[in-house]
Amino acid sequence: MMKASVSRRSMRVRRAHSAAMITLTLIAALLATLPLLLILALLLKQGAGAVNWAFFTAMPKPVGEAGGGMANAMAGTVMLIGIASLIGLPAGIGAGLYLAEHRGERVASIVRFLSDVLNGLPSIVIGIFAWQFLVRPVRHFSALAGGIALGVMMIPLVTRTTEEMVRLVPDALREAALALGFPRWRTSLTVVLRTALPGIVTGALVAVARIAGETAPLLFTAFGNQFWSTSLAQPVSALPLQIFTYAISPYDEWHVLAWAGALVLLALVLVISLLAKFATRSRFARGSD
Amino acid sequence: MAATEPRAPLTSVRVGVAEPAGATATSAEPIVSVRALDAYFGAHRAVRDASLDFLDGHVTAIIGPSGCGKSTLLRCLNRMHETVPTARTEGEVLLEGKDIYTRGVNPIEVRKRIGMVFQRPTPFPTMSIRDNVVAGFRAAGRSAPSRREQDGIAEWALRRAALWDEVKDRLSESATALSGGQQQRLCIARALATKPRVLLLDEPTASLDPLSTQKVEELVYELRGDVTVVIVTHNMQQAARVSDRTAFMLLGELVEMAPTSRLFTSPADERTEAYITGRFG
Repeated sequence: MMKASVSRRSMRVRRAHSAAMITLTLIAALLATLPLLLILALLLKQGAGAVNWAFFTAMPKPVGEAGGGMANAMAGTVMLIGIASLIGLPAGIGAGLYLAEHRGERVASIVRFLSDVLNGLPSIVIGIFAWQFLVRPVRHFSALAGGIALGVMMIPLVTRTTEEMVRLVPDALREAALALGFPRWRTSLTVVLRTALPGIVTGALVAVARIAGETAPLLFTAFGNQFWSTSLAQPVSALPLQIFTYAISPYDEWHVLAWAGALVLLALVLVISLLAKFATRSRFARGSD
Repeated sequence: MAATEPRAPLTSVRVGVAEPAGATATSAEPIVSVRALDAYFGAHRAVRDASLDFLDGHVTAIIGPSGCGKSTLLRCLNRMHETVPTARTEGEVLLEGKDIYTRGVNPIEVRKRIGMVFQRPTPFPTMSIRDNVVAGFRAAGRSAPSRREQDGIAEWALRRAALWDEVKDRLSESATALSGGQQQRLCIARALATKPRVLLLDEPTASLDPLSTQKVEELVYELRGDVTVVIVTHNMQQAARVSDRTAFMLLGELVEMAPTSRLFTSPADERTEAYITGRFG
C-alpha cells in the first residue's frame, strides 16, 4: 500500500475523483461502440429473415413476384472492388513509400497535403469527376467508371497507412541494407517494404472495407443494373446501389431485401476487418519480439 | 576503472591470447589510406584533417570519448557517412590505392568490398537466419546464385562467425528469435558472406553482455590475417585485447596512432596518456 504523507481525507477525495473519471471514460467507450451494436441488432431483426441461399444465388425478381436475390449486385461489388484495388493499391503503396522515404522534402510535404485533401473530399465529388471524364465522353454508364471512382477514393487511404507503416521501420535496418551494398531501390523493396508489409496489407484491407459500402461515387458511374453483367463497359449493379434502389421503392418485399442487403454488406465489412486483424501477424510467430 | 595503472594488465591480457601474426605485422601494406579527411554534418566538422593507414590483414581499433568522431571516421571508409542528410566529406580515402570519393566510383561497389556491422544487431526481421546471411551475397551478384551455392555460402559465413553450431538446426527460423549476441554474430556472418576485404565494426559489443562480447572479440581475433578489421570502441580494454594498432581520437582530431602495445604503454601525446589513464572520457 501507498505510504505517502497525504492525509486520509485528501486520499479519499483523490480516489473518488479517479473512480469518477474512470467511470466517465468507460461510459464514453461504451457510447462509441453502441451505434454499431444497435445497427447490427436492427439489421438482424429486419433483414436476417431474407438472407438465405437464394439471396446469394438468385437474380432480382420483378415487382410483385416473391423471392429473388442480389447475385448480380454481389458480383458487381466484387468486380468494382477488383478494379478499384488495381488502381488504388499500386498508386497508394507507391505514393506512401515515396512520402516515407523522402519525408522532410518539399515535394513530399505538398503531396502529403494534397493527399489529405483528396481523402477529405466528399465521395459524390469524386463521382461527378468520374462521370465528367469517363461517362460523359462515351455516353453510357460503365463498371469501369465506377471502379475508377472507387480506386481514386482508395489512393489516399492506402497512401496514408503505407506511409505510417514504412515510417515505423527502424532506420537501422535501412543502414544495414545499404552497408551490405544494396542499392536504394532494393533497400526500399526487399527490406523496408517487406518489413512494413503486414501493416500495409491491413491498411489495404481497411481501405477495401471503406469503399465496399460507398454509394455516392457509383450513382452516376456504375449506375446499377437489374441484370447480370460482367462487362467493364456496361452499367453494373453493386450492393449499396441495390440497397438504395430497394430502400426508396414503395414495395414492402423490396424493403425486406434492402435490409438483407445491408446486413450482408455489414457482414462483408466485418469479415474484411477481421482479415485485416489477422494480416498483422507476420510470417514468423510474434512471440519472440 | 583503476586510474593509476591500467596498462600492465591490458598488455598481459594481450600476450595471454597470442601474438598477432608477427611476420605480417611489420611487412603489411596499407589497404585503406585516409588522406586529409574532413567529415561534416551540415556546418559541423565532425572529423578534422585525419590522415592514417589501415594495414592489410590487421585489426585496427579507434578509441576516444563519445562524440570524438570515431564512428563518423569509420562511416567515411565505406561511404555510409553520406547517407545521412546534409553529411559530406572532403579529402581522400584510398582503397587499394584508388580514391573511393573520386567521381564515377559507385558507393554500392565500395560497400560490397568494405562490410560493416553496427552497434545494435540489425537482422532483417522478415527473413530467416539463412536468408539473412545470404542477403548481401544475393544482392551482389548479377544473376541469382543457385540454392546450393547459397547454402554453401551461408554455412561458410556462419562457421566463420562461430555461429554455425548454434543455428545449424534452425536455419529457416526467424533471425529475431536469436539472442542479442547471436544476432550480432549473424550480422557479422552476413557482412562476411560477400567476402569483403575490409570489415568495419562500429562498437559491435556495446549492446551485448560480457559473454557475448567475449565471443565477438574472439571472432575478431580469428579474422585477422584474412580480413582487415577496423573496430570502433569506447572500451579501452577491448581495443587492447583485439587490435594490432590503435588510433586515438579527440574532438574530431586524430591525436595519435601506434601499435596497440605502444599506445597503451608509452603514448607519444599527453592527451592520449590522460585518456588511457582515465583522467577524462
